[in-house]
Amino acid sequence: MFVGLGKASLKPDQDSMERMSRAMLRARVLEDKLASLYRAGRIVGGVYLGKGQEGLSAAGGVALRKGDVLAPLIRDMAGRLGFGEPLVDAVRAYLGSKLGPMKGRDGNIHRGDLSRGILPMISHLGAMVSATAGVLLAKRMKKEKRFVGLTSAGDGATSTGSFHEGLNVAAVEKLPLVVVVADNGYAYSTPNERQFACTDLLDRAKGYGVEGHGVDGTDPEACWEVVGRAVQRAREGAGPQLVVGRLLRLCGHGEHDDGLYIDKKMRSSDRGRDCMEVLRDKMRSRGLEQDLDRWEKEAQEEVEDAVKNVAEEPLPDPFEEDWRATAMMGASEAVQKG
Amino acid sequence: MSVTYLDAIRAAQEKALQDDPAVFIYGQDVGKFGGAFKATKNLAEKFPGRVIDSPISEDAMVGLAVGAAMEGMRPVVEMQFADFSTVGLNQMLNHAATTYWRTGKPCPMVLRLPSGGTPGSGPFHSQSMEAIYAHYPGLVVMTPATVEDAYSMLLEAIAMPDPVVFCEHKLLYYHLKAKSLPAEAVPAFKAHVARAGRDVTCVAYSAMVHEALAAAEELAGEGYETEVVDLRTVKPMDTDTILASVARTGRLLAVGESWPWGGVSAEVVSRVASEGFELLDAPPRRLNAKDTPIPYHPNLWAAHRPTAVRIAEALREVLRY
Repeated sequence: MFVGLGKASLKPDQDSMERMSRAMLRARVLEDKLASLYRAGRIVGGVYLGKGQEGLSAAGGVALRKGDVLAPLIRDMAGRLGFGEPLVDAVRAYLGSKLGPMKGRDGNIHRGDLSRGILPMISHLGAMVSATAGVLLAKRMKKEKRFVGLTSAGDGATSTGSFHEGLNVAAVEKLPLVVVVADNGYAYSTPNERQFACTDLLDRAKGYGVEGHGVDGTDPEACWEVVGRAVQRAREGAGPQLVVGRLLRLCGHGEHDDGLYIDKKMRSSDRGRDCMEVLRDKMRSRGLEQDLDRWEKEAQEEVEDAVKNVAEEPLPDPFEEDWRATAMMGASEAVQKG
Repeated sequence: MSVTYLDAIRAAQEKALQDDPAVFIYGQDVGKFGGAFKATKNLAEKFPGRVIDSPISEDAMVGLAVGAAMEGMRPVVEMQFADFSTVGLNQMLNHAATTYWRTGKPCPMVLRLPSGGTPGSGPFHSQSMEAIYAHYPGLVVMTPATVEDAYSMLLEAIAMPDPVVFCEHKLLYYHLKAKSLPAEAVPAFKAHVARAGRDVTCVAYSAMVHEALAAAEELAGEGYETEVVDLRTVKPMDTDTILASVARTGRLLAVGESWPWGGVSAEVVSRVASEGFELLDAPPRRLNAKDTPIPYHPNLWAAHRPTAVRIAEALREVLRY
């Protein structure tokens, strides 16, 4: 069994670096915008940011390809964008546009698009692990080849029975599932030491009989390499892969939360580095800082345009809604009757 | 040659596996062992790779089915006992049931629940879960009472684009028999008048249909004709058939094997009271199990659930009003 700690021994090529950078930048720029719209009272529902987790999340998104499946969690804007979710989908969901992927029936971080292989998460943590495994089992039964599913979890989600059952069943079925745990130190306000008693969540890989990979989640290059390798191993038939990225959430649980409980020492340690700054250092050392500036500017324009356009879009109308919870006409009509 | 209720469930799964390559069966011990009740006997051999043993992970069993259904398969999940489906409730109620509403894409799956009491089964192997599932939007809940319905409704459930909770009654598994599998079927969402009568309506479902029919027989000896309506599917509920029956009789008793707080029998009474108030000549009544966990000892169990004797007593009270 391979359990390794990821060091950025393999440098991403220029194209991969651009994909990583763009996904991270677009996510950060968009989320900063959403946070300010939230403070202005323009967002329907809550806003949960991936600040500080863009590198780890983007690494998953860019490692996947068409035909793969992504089951993102609440801090995966970068992974979604890296995998190809249109940025406007997020803006529509947050601003409550009727044209959004879920038409106002569900919102924001729950958005998904099954036609693109993006599963719409439910709020109950750990639940997406077995659902993603189910998609993969179905693909295998349909004789599809070389596909991968990737889902995210936080340190808190690893405490759920659902997470355990899901990873265990994926291991039993030897499914090409990558579970990326963003260990950001806190589940809402609860620190690791109140969440689990093991030294390192990575140790759990052995218990499940899956391959484990640890990575410094603040280092986008390392994330690219380690998550990419886990996806590759899954694609090659090595079964489920558990990636644990250590990092820190650089914001509250949601924008309603100031996150003052986050330990100041941890914040000023290496674990509290901002992956966007690490990215900038790496790009500077490669002499590519101007590219980064240009991509950032493009991201800003894209976000501003999207917000401007979506603000003009219609909102969900309760009189046009068909209020149908079942797909079958007969069932719905019978239920509708009372 | 006769066919039991359990044979019908096995035969329906075999036919579904034969007819549709998207169908597969998933559950504890369902493979080579053929299931705790043998509802999947020999199916693993006949359909290699499509009758799959799961770990003891009810949450993951349902979650995996949700994912597979989203990907175009038609999973049939066998819970070993309905009672254990509480461990998978989150995936069924919050995931399967919300998928169509949230995404506009269907989630076709069936959750088979070996349900209801049998002597000596006790608090954790006897439950009737239909009311809990029926409460949540997005699910269809079926409660077949006959061999014919066990077969045709399970086939219909598997073919539906929605998640279906299929409550099979364990007491009927071996003892309920028919001459053969049905060639044609009443649509699953229609209630069925199992016995016609003009004096009082008794609405029941699942095993309680047979208790109600026995009670009706007893009352016939006393000169009262009881109409027994078998709901067949509890959600959606065929209110029209219930109201039509109450229009004929003017009196209603709704019977359920599950607990008395809320539930299917309460829903029946509520609908008749609000939509058919003028049809009633007596207050509509309900009869359910006692409001305690289900007892283990047969002496206690027999007094806990509604039986033909208790249904007959309740019907007499409705008739006396």
